[in-house]
Amino acid sequence: MSLLDVTNLQVRAEDKQILRGVSLSVNPGEVHAIMGPNGSGKSTFARALAGHPGYEVTDGAVTYRGKDLLDMSPDERAREGVFMAFQYPVEIPGVNNAYFLKAAVNAKRRHQGLEELDAMDFMALIREKAKLLQVDEGMLQRSVNEGFSGGEKKRNEIFHMAVLEPTLAVLDETDSGLDIDALKIVAHGVNAMRAPDRAFIVVTHYQRLLNYIVPDFVHVLSEGKLVRSGGRELALELEEKGYGWLETAGARS
Amino acid sequence: MPTTEPLAPVMPPGVAAVLAEHARFLKGRGAAAPPWLQELRARAVDRFTALGYPTVRQEEWRFTSVAPIAETAFRLAESGPTNARELVERVAIPGAVRIVLLNGRFSPELSRLEPPSGVVVGSLARAVADARPECAHLGQASVDAPFVALNTAFVEDGALVTVRKNALVEPPIHVIFVNGDAEALMIHPRALIALGANSQASLAQTFVGGAGRAHFTNSVTEVALGENAVLDYVHDQRETDEAFHMASLHVAADRSATFRARTVTLGGRLVRNDFMAVLGGEGAHCTLDGCYLVDGARLVDNHTTIDHAVPNCTSHELYKGILDGRAKAVFNGRIIVREDAQKTDAKQTNRALLLSDEATINSNPQLEIFADDVKCTHGAAIGQLDEEALFYLRARGLTEKDARDMLIHAYAGEILEGIPIEALRGQLERELFVQLDRDLADHR
Repeated sequence: MSLLDVTNLQVRAEDKQILRGVSLSVNPGEVHAIMGPNGSGKSTFARALAGHPGYEVTDGAVTYRGKDLLDMSPDERAREGVFMAFQYPVEIPGVNNAYFLKAAVNAKRRHQGLEELDAMDFMALIREKAKLLQVDEGMLQRSVNEGFSGGEKKRNEIFHMAVLEPTLAVLDETDSGLDIDALKIVAHGVNAMRAPDRAFIVVTHYQRLLNYIVPDFVHVLSEGKLVRSGGRELALELEEKGYGWLETAGARS
Repeated sequence: MPTTEPLAPVMPPGVAAVLAEHARFLKGRGAAAPPWLQELRARAVDRFTALGYPTVRQEEWRFTSVAPIAETAFRLAESGPTNARELVERVAIPGAVRIVLLNGRFSPELSRLEPPSGVVVGSLARAVADARPECAHLGQASVDAPFVALNTAFVEDGALVTVRKNALVEPPIHVIFVNGDAEALMIHPRALIALGANSQASLAQTFVGGAGRAHFTNSVTEVALGENAVLDYVHDQRETDEAFHMASLHVAADRSATFRARTVTLGGRLVRNDFMAVLGGEGAHCTLDGCYLVDGARLVDNHTTIDHAVPNCTSHELYKGILDGRAKAVFNGRIIVREDAQKTDAKQTNRALLLSDEATINSNPQLEIFADDVKCTHGAAIGQLDEEALFYLRARGLTEKDARDMLIHAYAGEILEGIPIEALRGQLERELFVQLDRDLADHR
């Protein structure tokens, strides 16, 4: 059984139809890349999966581990193992990064019927993950994302992901705005988490990230529809040709 | 040419009742006062008679109607609330020097004095009877303010706290005002706090309400800070939701003195905090920070005045409100920079978080600057909880309630964290959240 089944997903945002019928199946262990030009609906797809209240699903279905994902609140989705790394991580003054993460970890553990982690066990867990993402003590003790540089914010997202150990991780343009060093750190963090029971959906505008996170499948989104799917070579083709050909492809379909 | 006296307005029932109570008071337990105090009261009652209760036609009271007070015939309390002991135990700070006032009068039974060396604490009535020199500080707060006049007309007892020069006071000083009873009572407590040069102390005033009829607390606190003295002050108001609470604070800060106030307002149906700090010595500093939670149909009004009278003083002001239901809040931040007060550095910020569509706040910065080389900034931000932040927290697995609590906690935390008395900070955090849970439960 696939981990995620998206069927004919249609989504509106701010009175505009963005997704016009997206279908996709993701199996455990796979990495899917969603590529496409600006405005094609990539981020909408990611946010709709996470349950952002600004995105209204007008039609279609999403089944996650046999359950109706669209029927779940954003927090239920997260506790069920869906994680989205934000394109623009939100700064939250006054909320300590480590404190928040502990609340998130324990919310998920309670949901799974596991005992909550105490402060000691939690610190041991995050120290290990922090090292992997080169997140220092300062970033842990500061307010969530407040005053973080662009690179720090993205590293913090992947750090949260590493700590929360999701079953399905959706990365929304995690690579945009990153220099090559930061990109490598982020990619390394993701690769370290690849596992047979975990899947990734990597939303990106640039193929560069896919040199470091090698996808099993690449899908091209254009005007709210998946217009092509293929293997890794599709990303390379896009790199070479750009997205210009989509217009003709769109006209043909 | 004879001047035409304006027609005397019809006296509201509350004013008539106040004057009747005052006559009774002067003949009764107020009779024993020394002549100087009698004079102080006489001037004050004359002033109050002339002023009456303020109305919304007055600029200072435009958004805050005290009609419910003016229309009620309050009586002076004869005794303390029956559940006083229980209320004191609920708010007591372990290890603190404690002064308890029951309906404005000093309670030797519930107080726990034993002050460290260099500190004199006790009953104001006793200090007056003993003609202690600190009593000279009484009456700094101007009786041109009607509620100060009213309090002064009835001045009788309260708390006296004196810290001798060079004394560093370790334990917090806690003044607990327990107010109200079965009758509709008015309580006019007075507190006099004087710190000598180079001394340092932390002092909290906690107001709690006893069960029974709605009461009217009208407190006046006068603070005199000597050169280089440092006072951390907490105004902790947890009266019942039916109570009327008028609190006037007057601070006089001498050279290089520091006054840091944190005001937490959780109770009261109609609340007005009138805080005034006069920075009268160079290098003086004052922080006025406040947070309040107001719900139902209650009103909380914070009026602050910071008077930069001399050069090189600094002031910092941050008020944060949480409003729910049909609650109303008022913030008026007046900053005066006198002609000589060059190099003044004043910053004022007012924020409000509106949890419902019907809650309203009126926010008004009032800067009166007569010097030319100064730095004065003010800002206001009114809004809802940040929806993106809420989604971010939920997208990591926190329930909506936990996410909201975390954001509101962070919002109020900025003020609560500034409370230097740990036990009190803990109490206030808990009470704020109990109240907030109740409010948010109403939304569901």
